[in-house]
Amino acid sequence: MRDIEAALITEAVKKITMEAGVRLEPDILEGLVSARDSETSGLAKNILELLLVNADIAAREKIPVCQDTGVAVVFIELGQDVHINGDLGEAVQQGIQAGYQEGYLRKSVCDPITRVNTGTNTPAVIHIELVPGEQIRISVLPKGCGSENMSGLTMLPPSSGISGMKDFVVRQVVNAGPNPCPPLLIGVGMGGTFEKAALLAKKALIRPLGKHHSRPDVAALEEEILTRINEQGQGVQGLGGNNTALAVHIDLFPSHIASLPVAVNIQCHAHRHKEIVL
Amino acid sequence: MSLPNPPAMMDQLQEVKIPFAAGVVESLQAGDLISLTGTLFTGRDQTHRRMMALLDEGADLPVDLAGQLLYYVGPSPARPGQVIGAAGPTTSYRMDVYTPRLLELGLMATMGKGSRSQTVREAMVRHKAVYLAAFGGAGALLSKCIIAAEVVAFADAGPEALFKFTVEKFPAVVINDVQGSDYYEMVKTGKDVSR
Repeated sequence: MRDIEAALITEAVKKITMEAGVRLEPDILEGLVSARDSETSGLAKNILELLLVNADIAAREKIPVCQDTGVAVVFIELGQDVHINGDLGEAVQQGIQAGYQEGYLRKSVCDPITRVNTGTNTPAVIHIELVPGEQIRISVLPKGCGSENMSGLTMLPPSSGISGMKDFVVRQVVNAGPNPCPPLLIGVGMGGTFEKAALLAKKALIRPLGKHHSRPDVAALEEEILTRINEQGQGVQGLGGNNTALAVHIDLFPSHIASLPVAVNIQCHAHRHKEIVL
Repeated sequence: MSLPNPPAMMDQLQEVKIPFAAGVVESLQAGDLISLTGTLFTGRDQTHRRMMALLDEGADLPVDLAGQLLYYVGPSPARPGQVIGAAGPTTSYRMDVYTPRLLELGLMATMGKGSRSQTVREAMVRHKAVYLAAFGGAGALLSKCIIAAEVVAFADAGPEALFKFTVEKFPAVVINDVQGSDYYEMVKTGKDVSR
């Protein structure tokens, strides 16, 4: 059994929240560079270059990469041999609040009925999973809602099969058009139940960009769907070209014999995520 | 604006002064790459709801929008010494339900990102107004094109306050022109993918 102080968790969450807001991770920067290099449209190539300049300014001057610094989604893998001295949930919320305040990040969370801003960007959405070991892995995903709003879920009949799943994902991206700020990262959750599919889709986003699923048939599906999306020609910002999406990440879970849930979580190119292990 | 390595495109934009001089809005064509210099007002979801509430009461808006450009943005807070934080566009369709009413009051241009509804597109043709797209997710870079910012109304709404920005060479793409052309549609149907 290992003891961890709640204050240490607050400090770690604050630190990665502030960093995530202004600094794109190397995987997404590499994705933007390779999109720029492969881009066939002159305008799209220029815009991709401009997005790389934007990332550079953001990191150097600590200005958020995008003004929508998101609702904070926090994934925690909690080692079952860890004992926390204090309240884990409260420690995370305090870290988010301090990170948004001290990082000059925009507070975008409001009451769903009154629409009054909570003023702290809390509550964060926290997902906790118990895992073996005595470490805590914390991932912060500040999720912008221009892209979140374009996400969707369907409960397909199993007869729709793989082709139904592929069509749904491609249609969801095409219908989103320029709204979610392409080039996009597409998280797909397939199987499980209604809520499990959505969570799989969200968690697929924090996989390193373009890292394929370990199952070869799933990896092939990721590649095929990405190609189909990019053949549609909507391109960067919906202004044309061959880079509507940077990657498709699919995750799976067995489903009921009667069911085939498919969730598509759309993420913009300002894909901010940061992880820390305590 | 001074960038470390500005894409060549940034020097090739057609310069447009705002508020618009007579005839300028009519001259803009879907697909034009422009850079804006002058003053504009901002507003997003809550800003619009509050403006609609004022209009419903028969009250005046806090600013006269006739002839102006309204930019859909909720900036992040400025650090000490900065004019503004990140200030890129938000998705425009959420404002569709409010836009025709503002166009009736003489609003001449809106700017955000993403497609507008058929109703808004028809209202733009009727009122000779345009819709521009700014580059989404480039909020840090775009903040460099904003040389002054002040809150004009609804300060308690935080990022959803109505700001007045003074901008210099702020880049944008004309999506909807006064003739009714839609650049996103043109790209989709392959009518113009040459750029």
